[in-house]
Amino acid sequence: MSNLSAIFKNHKAFIPFVVADDPDFDTTVANIVALAEGGADIVEVGIPFSDPIADGGVIQAADLRAFDAGVRTQTVFEIVAAARKQTDVPIVFLTYLNIVFKYGYDAFCQKCQALGVSGLVIPDMPYESRDDIVPTADKYGIDIIPLIAPTSGHRVEKIAKAASGFIYVVSSLGITGERNEFFNGLKDLVAEIKSYTDVPTAIGFGVHTPEQAKDMAEIADGVIIGSAIVDIVAQKKQAAPEAVEAFTKSIRSAVDEAQEARV
Amino acid sequence: MKNLTEAKTTKRLGIFANTYGGQYIPETLMTELEKVDHAFHTLKDDPDFQAELHDLLINYANRPSLLYYAKNMTEDLGGAKIYLKREDLNHTGAHKINNVIGQALLAKHLGKKRLIAKTGAGQHGVATATIAALFGMECEIFMGKEDTDRQKLNFYRMELLGAKVHPVTTGSMVLKDAINATLQEWASRSEGTFYVMGSAVGPYPFPEMVKYFQSVISKESKQQLKAKENTLPDMVVACVGGGSNAIGSFADYIDDQNVKLVGVEAAGKGVDSDQTAATIERGSVGIFHGMKSLFLQNEDGQINPVYSISAGLDYPGVGPEHATLAKEGRAQYVGITDDEAVQAFEYIAREEGIVAAIESCHAVAYVEKIAPTMSKDQIIVCTLSGRGDKDVASIAKYKGVDIDE
Repeated sequence: MSNLSAIFKNHKAFIPFVVADDPDFDTTVANIVALAEGGADIVEVGIPFSDPIADGGVIQAADLRAFDAGVRTQTVFEIVAAARKQTDVPIVFLTYLNIVFKYGYDAFCQKCQALGVSGLVIPDMPYESRDDIVPTADKYGIDIIPLIAPTSGHRVEKIAKAASGFIYVVSSLGITGERNEFFNGLKDLVAEIKSYTDVPTAIGFGVHTPEQAKDMAEIADGVIIGSAIVDIVAQKKQAAPEAVEAFTKSIRSAVDEAQEARV
Repeated sequence: MKNLTEAKTTKRLGIFANTYGGQYIPETLMTELEKVDHAFHTLKDDPDFQAELHDLLINYANRPSLLYYAKNMTEDLGGAKIYLKREDLNHTGAHKINNVIGQALLAKHLGKKRLIAKTGAGQHGVATATIAALFGMECEIFMGKEDTDRQKLNFYRMELLGAKVHPVTTGSMVLKDAINATLQEWASRSEGTFYVMGSAVGPYPFPEMVKYFQSVISKESKQQLKAKENTLPDMVVACVGGGSNAIGSFADYIDDQNVKLVGVEAAGKGVDSDQTAATIERGSVGIFHGMKSLFLQNEDGQINPVYSISAGLDYPGVGPEHATLAKEGRAQYVGITDDEAVQAFEYIAREEGIVAAIESCHAVAYVEKIAPTMSKDQIIVCTLSGRGDKDVASIAKYKGVDIDE
């Protein structure tokens, strides 16, 4: 088990996301540093995949830019290693399972441990398949971050009870991407999760403004923002780090304003 | 009728030979998948459901399909006796309807009002649009933009049947991209929507369910051959993309160890070329589209673009049970190139007066190779999974013939 859970102690966490090697190696390293400087508690680094079935157009396009830059799994590790020279911000990977499977679960988790990567978010690995990797991840102190969705229903209990690190609460149905409406039962969903576990929760999928970030941080222990940051990278390209840091600061202060939700 | 909406707890389901299959799909879809699983396993033993299914198969889909003795081919090739299982004579012109009727009935019992599906060559899309029309359900079909261009006739047929067809412009714009788009659509709107899986792929219970509904092919052929020849076939041949017609053609023979099972993959421009869809011969183990199976992928696990002249076979993966049958050596998988399939398209048209789907012609091409090496008292059953009207324009183009569409 990693130190991820401790980050949320008496503190609302902000977890931004960037895609590795989008648009290139150096910009990604600078973006990770900018996110840390801007006040991110955990940086989520996406490993590009040819067929990202849980992701919307913004992240799909970022994956394609990374492939244009020639990204390999090895490149992603090198990016984190380079960022590690400038920041010790906690990092988790967002990756589809096949990338990890092909690298080898043991070799991949070992590499994560060496790079100080604390956890893996694997959107295409449900509870039923977690035993494929969890024993190996445990060996290296890597948390496998589970997702809980508005549709999880009776599954919430078993997922929550088995969780470590934090729980990624999916804000709405469908795929990643900016949106203005969320599942209206999020408060109840988070409360239900809390009734089963002390593992903290973070809400993601679609959050893109400071106001939304504040709202979500009031419901859960943290908030995850992906597509909005990836969109800045798409617009600004190599000049992204400055804009990414400014955006991160605006979200940071919004999240800090969030009050403990009364649930 | 039992309560179908009560999802049961599932764990490590659908694993073949301790390796392939399983469930690898976003959490958002898992509850829905549990409901489908529960409905399927409850209904398949329900006499009312079975009666409804059989009535539609017989009176709507035109089953049983013929087991036709291909006398001209047999004499020309001079070896084994060749029987063709004529799935091309089903309503809508392919085997796809068998499975779609079954799944649409499940959808109806689950109270779903909308069917979504992906399609490659368009046959599964046409079958789904057809049943949606029959059942008065909404229907949306996702089809790669490349495939809507290659299969204009089926594109129009689906619209004619009242379906909304979405050309998918992401990735290489073929079948796998259409599957991605359909999964995303399902994740966005699973309430009220049933994902009609067309091939024996995806997370459990889809491979098992598709096999169950397609196994009517081998159940019939076994009885039909027994009536005609009073024996089992020596070999069963079927083409394999994801593998639905092949698993249906094999299903009832898997325990008959003396019946050789051969799946024919699309080798495109050659099994060893980069432009191929021969997953079992060239692929490696991976996890994609909900299942652990064999995939054409690079060493990092990125899924490769695949190629075949046939829009129905150019899929980078294969159903988990086929991967298992290959691993255990129970079935053999071979590749047939574009050129060989096109030659077979012309051959079976001239010998037997049958215009068969280019997908099915991959199986026919293998029969042309293997039959002469077998003795005259041996029997091959080859599944013609679909009819070839949809392919006439593109085969003409392939041959450099200019025809007005």
